[in-house]
Amino acid sequence: MKRINALQPKALLKVFAVLVPLLLNGYGVADVSAEKLPGVPRNEVTAAQAVETAHGAQAAPEEEKAGDVIMHHILNNRVYAFPPFGSVELPEIKVAGFDISITKHVVMLWVVSAILLVIFSIVGAKYKKMTPSQAPKGLVNAMEALVEFIRTDVAKANIGKEYEKYLTYLLTVFFFILLCNLLGLVPYGATATGNINVTLTLATFTFFLTQMAALKAHGIKGYLAHLTGGTHPALWIIMIPIEFIGLFTKPVALTIRLFANMTAGHIVILSLIFISFILKSYIVAVVMSVPFSIFIYLLELFVAFLQAFIFTMLSALFIGLASAHEGHDEHEAGVASH
Amino acid sequence: MLTSGVILLAGSLLSPEPGLIFWTAITFILVMLILKKIAWGPIITALQDREKGIQSSIDRAHQAKDESEAILRKNRELLSKADAESDRILREGKDYAEKLRADITEKAQSEAKKMIASAKDEIEQEKRRALDVLRNEVADLAVKGAEKIIKTALDADMQKKIVNSMIQDFSTKRN
Repeated sequence: MKRINALQPKALLKVFAVLVPLLLNGYGVADVSAEKLPGVPRNEVTAAQAVETAHGAQAAPEEEKAGDVIMHHILNNRVYAFPPFGSVELPEIKVAGFDISITKHVVMLWVVSAILLVIFSIVGAKYKKMTPSQAPKGLVNAMEALVEFIRTDVAKANIGKEYEKYLTYLLTVFFFILLCNLLGLVPYGATATGNINVTLTLATFTFFLTQMAALKAHGIKGYLAHLTGGTHPALWIIMIPIEFIGLFTKPVALTIRLFANMTAGHIVILSLIFISFILKSYIVAVVMSVPFSIFIYLLELFVAFLQAFIFTMLSALFIGLASAHEGHDEHEAGVASH
Repeated sequence: MLTSGVILLAGSLLSPEPGLIFWTAITFILVMLILKKIAWGPIITALQDREKGIQSSIDRAHQAKDESEAILRKNRELLSKADAESDRILREGKDYAEKLRADITEKAQSEAKKMIASAKDEIEQEKRRALDVLRNEVADLAVKGAEKIIKTALDADMQKKIVNSMIQDFSTKRN
């Protein structure tokens, strides 16, 4: 311990010795006066101007350019770039007039699927060999903790008796979204769940499962009766549209929640990084952009788990609510009385 | 501010992409089906087996506990019964011994009384016999004395003296 403590100040000094000239110099490599008086704003302005003119012809406003870069990073496109090594042009496919080209997010979906299949083929093979008295360990144990959490605390707690039928969907959707979210935080990765089309598709699955659960639990008659909200026929002209819209608000909420959370986090990280480029200052980068974006990155790591959990949790909750037998009003009454 | 404005105005964030929707659906459904086969099935079965195993071992433990408690209770009952039995036997033994002792004592006392009585009788008889013997002896002595008197001179004084001495002699002998 003592040795390490003794070494650290020296190492820090070295780091500062490298960093300080860089910080003080700023962009003033071409401008000698900037080196002499780094604190004077006029010099920095001239330095910035020098760089801007150096960039030459594309002298578009910096902020707009940053926005473009961020959007380019967030949005889907048909080029998978690996800067600075180059980029891969993805194939364009058109079937019967539909554009089903392979895009960056489709590639990410496939990467996620491949990782999931590899991990769970290993885990599944271990389970096939395992006897009930053996305890899992390592990767198998980690996966089991998540699977068991989804099984008992999400599916069983919200759906009730028939949870096993929906378990396949809930488990898959949880791990799929979780891995999509996490891969967005990896270099060269992209967040497929930050694309509204992906989240919309996943939410549509939940929607169909919810409606199927409702139909199964109440029958067609009960399902239609539920659309009237149990009110007097005179009110049906109002109630039916409201309940009909209500059917779709849940999946739309799921869609937008996941999409917005994933997109917003990335925009915040990129914006924080771009502040230093816009202000053209290493000081801003060291003091603000890097620490803050690291903080947001860690937050994103948490949000990746949280949003995957919330999507799964709400799916289970919607299915549970839809299949509850006459329990809707009783449950609310019970909650109110508590 | 301007950056966020640009992002919002770009509008492409919300633009529909049928191709991506198609690929998402296909990919997700395929992944779900494959994972169901290779992972969820075995994992869920294993988890349920383990749950059942744990439940059954808990049940078994409870059963064993109940059984052992029942055995303990039975043992206690047997022990208390045995205690009572031994108490009873002890008490009976004591009672019997007491009775036996009393009997023996009584018998011994009566025997002793009988013996004492017979001894008394015997003593009485012996005494009577001794008295008879004495009476005969006295009579013999008297006859002998008379013979002696008669053999010596029939002097009145002498006779008186002799009789007196004889009487004296008798009385001392008697005592």
